[in-house]
Amino acid sequence: MKASNTLWKEKLAGQMPDTLSREIDAFETDIALRKQGKLDERLFAETRLRRGAYGQRYDNGQRSDGQKVQQLNFPSGTLTKGPNTMWDAPGMQRIKIPAGGLNAAQLETMAELAEEYSDGIAHVTTRQDFQLHYIQIDDTPSLMRRLAAASITTREACGNSVRNVTACPYAGVCQDETFDVTPYARALSKFLLGHPDCQNFGRKFKPAFSGCAQHACGLTSLHDLGLIATKRVSAETGREEFGFEMYVGGGLGAVPYQAKLFDAFVPPEELLPLAQAIARVFARNGEKKNRNRARIKFLIQDLGIEKFRELVREERKILPFDPRWTDYIKEALAEFEEAPLKPAGALPSLVAIEELNGNSGNFKKWLKFNTRPQKQPGYVTVVVALPLGDITANQLRSLADIVRRFTKETVRTTVEQNFAIRWVSKSDVRELYSALRAAGLGEPGAGALVDITSCPGTDTCKLGISSSRGLAAELRKRVTEKSFQQDEAVQNLHIKISGCFNSCGQHHAADLGFYGVSRKIAGYAVPHFQVVLGGEWAHNAGSYGLPVVAIPSKNIPQVVTRLTDRYVAGRNTGESFKDFIKRLGKAELKKMLEDLTRPPDGDRSFFSDWGDPREYTLGDMGVGECAGEVVSSVDFGLAAAERELFEAQLAFESGQAKQAGKKAYQAMLNAAKALVEIEYSDITNDPNQIVAEFRSRYYDTQKFFDPFAGGKFANYLFDAHRKADQAYTEESSRYLMDEAQLFIDAAHSCNNRMGTLVSV
Amino acid sequence: MPSGIEERVSLELQHISVKLVLSYAEDLDLDQVIPIFHSWIQGQLTEELLLDVADYRHVYRGPGIVLIGHEADYSLDNTDNRLGLRYNRKALLEGSNEERLAQAARAALSTCQQLQEDTRLDRKLHFNGQEIEILINDRLLAPNREETREALRPELQGFCNKLFGGNEYSLSYGTDPRKLFTMFVNATRSFALEELLENLLH
Repeated sequence: MKASNTLWKEKLAGQMPDTLSREIDAFETDIALRKQGKLDERLFAETRLRRGAYGQRYDNGQRSDGQKVQQLNFPSGTLTKGPNTMWDAPGMQRIKIPAGGLNAAQLETMAELAEEYSDGIAHVTTRQDFQLHYIQIDDTPSLMRRLAAASITTREACGNSVRNVTACPYAGVCQDETFDVTPYARALSKFLLGHPDCQNFGRKFKPAFSGCAQHACGLTSLHDLGLIATKRVSAETGREEFGFEMYVGGGLGAVPYQAKLFDAFVPPEELLPLAQAIARVFARNGEKKNRNRARIKFLIQDLGIEKFRELVREERKILPFDPRWTDYIKEALAEFEEAPLKPAGALPSLVAIEELNGNSGNFKKWLKFNTRPQKQPGYVTVVVALPLGDITANQLRSLADIVRRFTKETVRTTVEQNFAIRWVSKSDVRELYSALRAAGLGEPGAGALVDITSCPGTDTCKLGISSSRGLAAELRKRVTEKSFQQDEAVQNLHIKISGCFNSCGQHHAADLGFYGVSRKIAGYAVPHFQVVLGGEWAHNAGSYGLPVVAIPSKNIPQVVTRLTDRYVAGRNTGESFKDFIKRLGKAELKKMLEDLTRPPDGDRSFFSDWGDPREYTLGDMGVGECAGEVVSSVDFGLAAAERELFEAQLAFESGQAKQAGKKAYQAMLNAAKALVEIEYSDITNDPNQIVAEFRSRYYDTQKFFDPFAGGKFANYLFDAHRKADQAYTEESSRYLMDEAQLFIDAAHSCNNRMGTLVSV
Repeated sequence: MPSGIEERVSLELQHISVKLVLSYAEDLDLDQVIPIFHSWIQGQLTEELLLDVADYRHVYRGPGIVLIGHEADYSLDNTDNRLGLRYNRKALLEGSNEERLAQAARAALSTCQQLQEDTRLDRKLHFNGQEIEILINDRLLAPNREETREALRPELQGFCNKLFGGNEYSLSYGTDPRKLFTMFVNATRSFALEELLENLLH
């Protein structure tokens, strides 16, 4: 705990907005009450989450050190900050940056906080937030006050609330946008922050804006509420009108959903009231008890988009008028107008570049990947590529200096975990590049293959299964060496990695996506990644990839090499990676990667993850326990389930959606039966019996429960069984296959846990 | 001008960081530091509760490899392109400023000793014998400006006199007011870690 914690309130008095100041005071009181035992731990947990103070790995007070599970004996003893969450355990602080917009002073504040409360690193997330790790809960009020004094809030950065409102970082400068969505994103963010109609959600709610439909930058398809700028000619007046295409119910998570069109044209004055009406309908009708079905996407799936639309329209009619619906937009339009610092210019000639930079090769690459012409002639937006989204305190200060020197502090975070510096005069590009290079911020390859996105994974996330950052760092190292010599089509591919099925790395929307899973091989838990291929990043994440096969973590670099080489050698003229993957088909892809699904005999490096020398465990497994290859009946049963699912995917690919649905359901039954057989060898193939036995032996006893997702995956089976008589549609089969994959993964994990000795 | 708060607090130093600048062989493999730090967690080999290892070598001139502890972090820090062993005290400490400075210096020196002697690093990593940085990781306690430097100079010099056993050294300070209060100490001759540790005992 910082010595200065008691002093910041006095120091910053009068410098914070009143509402934020009161918020933080209340939180500080909650901290005191919790420490006195006067506030329930569950209530306190939600309280801190709604202020962005998140849990972090090992905060249950236990950590596997590779040999045993260590009890972490923190000084505050058994005091908790939430269920099974020790008070002293370091946590993560998420910081909301609406539309990713920052100024230089805010960058400097972030630098100070990273140094004083974290480990010197600020992390940019895939939703334009910042995250600081290893934060002490006792320090959070001071940290929040310092942010508030810089006009930044952490309020509702986590918890069942409206999360950061994201927007295309090129909004306002993009050459082919319809109009600048930034003021609308800021207005919506302000309007929904702390709004009473948004305080009773069963789960989080993520809005996003895009200035166009064709690019990826806004990722509206994977958001709960997606707004795309559009225009039309009014039938009444004949004049051009601007508004938004409104989408609802998108989301990644375990099973990704594409957002559905709610309204093809929402006029700006209707944006905020309609969002409010949606919030009310979600709060009133959304699932509350089962958090695994509580996102708005499930409500829309259950109701159907027509019914959902009808409910929202009805709600809109009865909303009491609120002047903020239009006032906030007017204010934002006035406040967020940007202008350049320098006059428009022209890019330097290549001769001048070579004379002045020496290493012109890097500059050319940087120009190609990291600059983007603006719609305003003579200006470019420069993208600062951050490795794994990380930036040091010194770099943040350098960036602050740079944006002051070259722009009117117009910088934004991006969903690719980078920064975009807007309004750079073309004549300043060379000098700006030199300044960035001096700060270690001049790496080329923004948005390219080398610019890999990763969630925190097992480094710090409680839910992480495999080391996404470790894999990303390794791939980055390997790809950097040769990416710029590779075929142009490969250079522009996207790699995105999540440490688990929850998709924070947005792997579904990548050309090459990976998410962490575990498998048991020769009696050992082995970190794996499920390979997800052919997602579409463009068109605001226009379509999602499908899982192909799980591969041991240490073999993933070979997967990347093999797939990219094959693409270069075998693609048709102009064929996208997505189309190439589709043409190859799952059977061929799986065959191509089949030999990589097993670790080489005797190679023990596969039993630890990238960047982490500890023996990989889901619990704690004795190293010498099983010397030889052990394949039990349950392993066979789970393999049969995998096979069945693979066939389902093949059927789906060939247009047999009904058959695919049936097979996906059967795959789940196979996996469930494999587990039941451990305890009850006389189990038959009767689905009713399998499900009943599975329920009583694994669900009711919670043996199948994921440590964090609970019974979520078992419910996939129960739902599928309940609906087994219904006809499978293309959409339902697609979801069912994803759910079957997750159910099988959970069955593997359950099997691993049961074969694991837990030591203390 | 400093506010009343800063005048009140600037005499009490907490959250002291000490960084020993290292010399190292070009073929030093820093990958090896990660299993070493993990083994320290396994054995809980320091006075602090050790929690985790964070690898930030992918960032330019960053904190490098960090051994995260509850009361303090240890890192092979490469800030400003000066690879060093850094001890960063997070928890509050009782005692005088001199005692807190000595605690942080002892922790850095003895940890550096452990790394120097670890055969997994092939003895390729050493304290360079002369350069030490002392940082105060709290801007409110020690804002980086001339007044703080003036106020702290006697105590910091007293500490350095003791550390170097009365031998000569030079002091300089970082001057960017946005950065942490940082004092750069440069001894005029090379010192062994043992000698510095011994000096702190007296």
